[in-house]
Parts: sequence; C-alpha cells; structure tokens
Amino acid sequence: MDSGLLNELKERAKGVRRDIVGMLGLARSGCLSPSLSVVDILVWLYGAVLNVQPKKPWFEGRDRFVLSRTSAAPALYATLAERGFFCKDELWEYRRLGSLLQPFPEYRRTPGVDVSCGASGMGPGISLGLALALRTQGIGSRVLCLMGAEEASLGSVWEALGALEAVAPVRLTLVVNREIGGGDRPSEADEKAESTLTQRFESFGWPVVRADGHDMAKMNEALGALPEDEAGVLLLRTLWGKGIPSLEASAFRSEHLLDRQATERLLGELEVAAL
Amino acid sequence: MSEGTRISELFAASVAALTRERPDVVVLSAAGLLDGLECSREDSFLNAACGEQNLVLMASGLALGGKRVFAGACAAPLIGRAYDQIRAAVAIPGLPVCLVGLDAGFCSGHAGAPRQMFEDVALMRALPNMTVLEPADRASLSLLLREAASLEGPSYLRLGAGTLSLYDPEQGELRLGGGTVLRSGADITLCACGIMVQEALKAAEVLARQDISAEVVDCYSLHPFPSRLVLSSLQRTGCCVTAEEHFLPGGLFEIVSSLAAREYPVPVQPVAVRNGFGQGGASQELREYYGLTAAQIVSAAVLAWTCRRR
Repeated sequence: MDSGLLNELKERAKGVRRDIVGMLGLARSGCLSPSLSVVDILVWLYGAVLNVQPKKPWFEGRDRFVLSRTSAAPALYATLAERGFFCKDELWEYRRLGSLLQPFPEYRRTPGVDVSCGASGMGPGISLGLALALRTQGIGSRVLCLMGAEEASLGSVWEALGALEAVAPVRLTLVVNREIGGGDRPSEADEKAESTLTQRFESFGWPVVRADGHDMAKMNEALGALPEDEAGVLLLRTLWGKGIPSLEASAFRSEHLLDRQATERLLGELEVAAL
Repeated sequence: MSEGTRISELFAASVAALTRERPDVVVLSAAGLLDGLECSREDSFLNAACGEQNLVLMASGLALGGKRVFAGACAAPLIGRAYDQIRAAVAIPGLPVCLVGLDAGFCSGHAGAPRQMFEDVALMRALPNMTVLEPADRASLSLLLREAASLEGPSYLRLGAGTLSLYDPEQGELRLGGGTVLRSGADITLCACGIMVQEALKAAEVLARQDISAEVVDCYSLHPFPSRLVLSSLQRTGCCVTAEEHFLPGGLFEIVSSLAAREYPVPVQPVAVRNGFGQGGASQELREYYGLTAAQIVSAAVLAWTCRRR
C-alpha cells in the first residue's frame, strides 16, 4: 500500500475519532467504544477499497457497503462525512428528531448508506441477496459487509453462511470485527475463540484471512489474499474503544452517557494519544 | 393430494408465468417448497435452502439490487420466525418484496396447530407500508401477483385457497385497494376474503330463499381496504357480516367494524376462528368444527339483520 495514502488515511482516522466523540457528546447517546474500534477499518475501506463517488452516492456501478454491526453507526456516519457524502454539520444533528442521521442507518435517507440493517444478524443475509442481484444483472460491483463477531452466534447468520452454496459465486466479503478489551496482547482464551470462529466460517465454505484491525497496510494485504470474485471472510481483531486509552483499558463494557465534561476529557485524551 | 399441495402448485405456475414476462422478477422459496418450478431463466428462481429469516434477508438484498422479489414460504414460520427481518429489512426501508404465505388457515389441517396460521393478517396489517392481499380463487391469485409485482413497496399475499374458480380470468381487473361485488343485494352486506368468499356466496343463496337479499363483497385487498365500496354497500343495506379464516382480532371483522364505527355505524357480526388455536384434522372437517361455513354466515346474517340500521 502506498505510504502517502497510508499516512493520509491515518490522519483521516484521527479526525473521524474526534468527530465521533463530538457527535456522541452532543447527542448524549450512542455507542462510543464499538464505534471507535472500527474507525480504522472504515477509513481504510472508504479510502482505499470501495469504489464509491461521494458526489454521486447512487451511481449504479458503485461498490456496496452493508453495516450489520449497527452499534458502529456513528463511525460510519463520521467516515461518510469525512469523505464528503454529506456536510459535516449533519453529524451534530445525530439522533435528533428529523435528522439525516438515524440511530440505525437508513437506506434512501442518508447519502452513502446502501442498506438498512435494522438489528444485528441481518447484514450477511442481505449482503448475499444484494451480491446475487448485482451478479445476475452483470454489475461488477463488490459487496462488503461489516459484522461483529458477536453476531456470528445468531441463527440468521448461520443460515446466511449456509446459503452461500445456493448462490455462489458472489463478490462478497464479510469483514468480521472481533473486539478484545483491556490491553493489546491477546490472551490464550482469545486465540482459541478466534480459531473456533475461523473454523466455523471455513466449515461453511468461506475462506478466512486474519489481520489486525488497526493496521491498514496489513488489512489491505489480507484482503488481497482473499479470492477476488468469490465470497470470503476478513477476520479483524480490534480493540474496544481504540484511540482513547481510558476506554481501551476499561474492564467494563457499559457505556456512560457523555456529558460536556466527559466529552472534553475524552477529546483531550484523543489529542494526547494521537501525538 | 392435500389442499396445500395444489395451492403451492398454482402459485408456482402463476409466478413462473410472471418471470417470463418480467426479467426483473425473482422468486425465492424455502427448502423444496417450489420444486419443479419452471422459470424462463435460471436467475429468476432460487431455492434458498435455508430458513425463513435468511429467506427474507436475501429477498431484501435482492430488492436493494434492483429486483422485484417474491419470497414464498409456509405462512406460520414465515411471519413468525422472520417477523423482525420483515419489519426491519423489508417494511422499514419499504422495499419491493412480496411475501407469499402459503398454507395459511386450515389449509394444512393435518399439520396441526403450530402450522395453522390465523394471525398473519393482523400482524402484517399493523406494519406501515405493507399491502395485504388475500385472493379468493386461482384467477384472482394470478391477477394479484401481477399487481404486487408492480408495487414499489412491500406486500403480503396470503394463500389459503386457490383451487376454486370464482372469477373469469379474461375479465379480471383486480387492483390494490379494490374489492369486487360478486353478488348484488339490498338487505345485508357479506364481506368475505379468501376461502370464505365461496361460503359467503352459498350463504347468500340460503338467505335468498328466506327473502333476504345479500350483497357479497370479495375483500381481496385487506390493506389498503376498499372503504368507499364497502361503505356504500353498508349505507344501502344497513347491516353486515364479515367472514374470514382468521382469528377475531386484527382481521377483516376489525377492519369493517372500525370503518363502520367511524363513518356509518351499523351492526357487524363476525364469522372467524374463535375457539382457540387450531388442531389436527382434515381441512373441511376443521372448518366445520371451528364454524367457518355458510351455515355460520347465515346465522350471523340473521342476527345482524334483525338489528339493522333503518
């Protein structure tokens, strides 16, 4: 991956993290830690992978992105704003009545949102149908679906994984983000959980490549290792609350509503960590 | 061959014809339901080999990719298991997916209570954007399928009966939000849908012998409902009976009685499934046991007629 692009994307990721904290601070609700953990993935996808045109969000040949992990919606919005799909001012109206930006991303409401995934576990099934429709119409676009590893235990996801056989080949990549908490070094239990997850996908016929979800160069390499025109899984390990040390280290996964003081403190931490 | 088998074959034939006319139509079915379906193109039919939840999700994805989708499965698991998916992935974004609920009602009598779906209209009607249709015979089935294919939003097509021939397919002109007066009358309005339409026609014959002329309306479009048509009938007759193969809450009875209560109060008597969930048995036998026959419509009609608005 080009080092110039890489540095630019890293800068963008910093900006996106700041925007997310600001957004959720103003809205006084929203999932901060899950959003922060997928920023690097989203910035990389929208900066180096997806064929999209911010000024023409519905052009037919575009690649499609499906957010199955709807708790990360703030991260998607901040990334889309950064790319120019809509004005950044919209971020400050997040979750307000009449806002362009709904708590669950809504298709046809927000420019750049291709799919409405109402609840968890819906992304893979929808992505399969979408990829199939694109293929049968001869549209060469790819479909990328970001799902959380916790969704993999849901029945609808198992069904989708199993349905691949009936629709293959499809140009679909499931980007599965597996969060770990409390420090950078994965424990033995984490390793085992990741292997089990990998085996599950592989048993349904989905090849898996693993990478660090905060290292854009590695992610790019890993994506390149998956078959181009077929379904595959990119399993990425990420850190809960990445970018803000106090959240990264936190043992508790509960979210606190951000008030003004907390927002300023977190923004401060982001500045320091980014240096 | 059970009633259920014939209906899914009719559906398969109608929808296969549709795929020949429209390349953007795709038919999805749950495992094995539409075996032997002959579609013009390979990509217009998919045997999804999965459960109902993924069926609905894939239908949503296909619709997002520009297709008009018909997703067929047995009504009880389709609505029951996949309700969240129908709600969040089809109804909320308002996608052109037609969900086809096969074997609704006592159609699959032998299968027992869990497979006998009597609350599907109530559940689907409650969703904004969702068109709800229940064809009474084979000709109206294929006409309504065609209408559903042109709809920009989601729809639910309830299939409990389809083996009959009540309509002339050549003259057919059914539309969403419409209804058909199959028999004109001046003394009482009989609103019916699905398999109960033929029972209503039989009841009208019986009532005629007692000098009560009954108007029979086929309410195949449960949502949007042919309010003007039904109201104008109520205004002429002054009393009504509704007949449906559905639980009492949330179905045709509540549609008509709430319409009457708001616009033109008249007595409305229901014929519906009222003594609990279904059970195993032959379809016709079950209908008699649960009171879904012309005889019940006649009794209800007499009750309504004696209290009629003059």
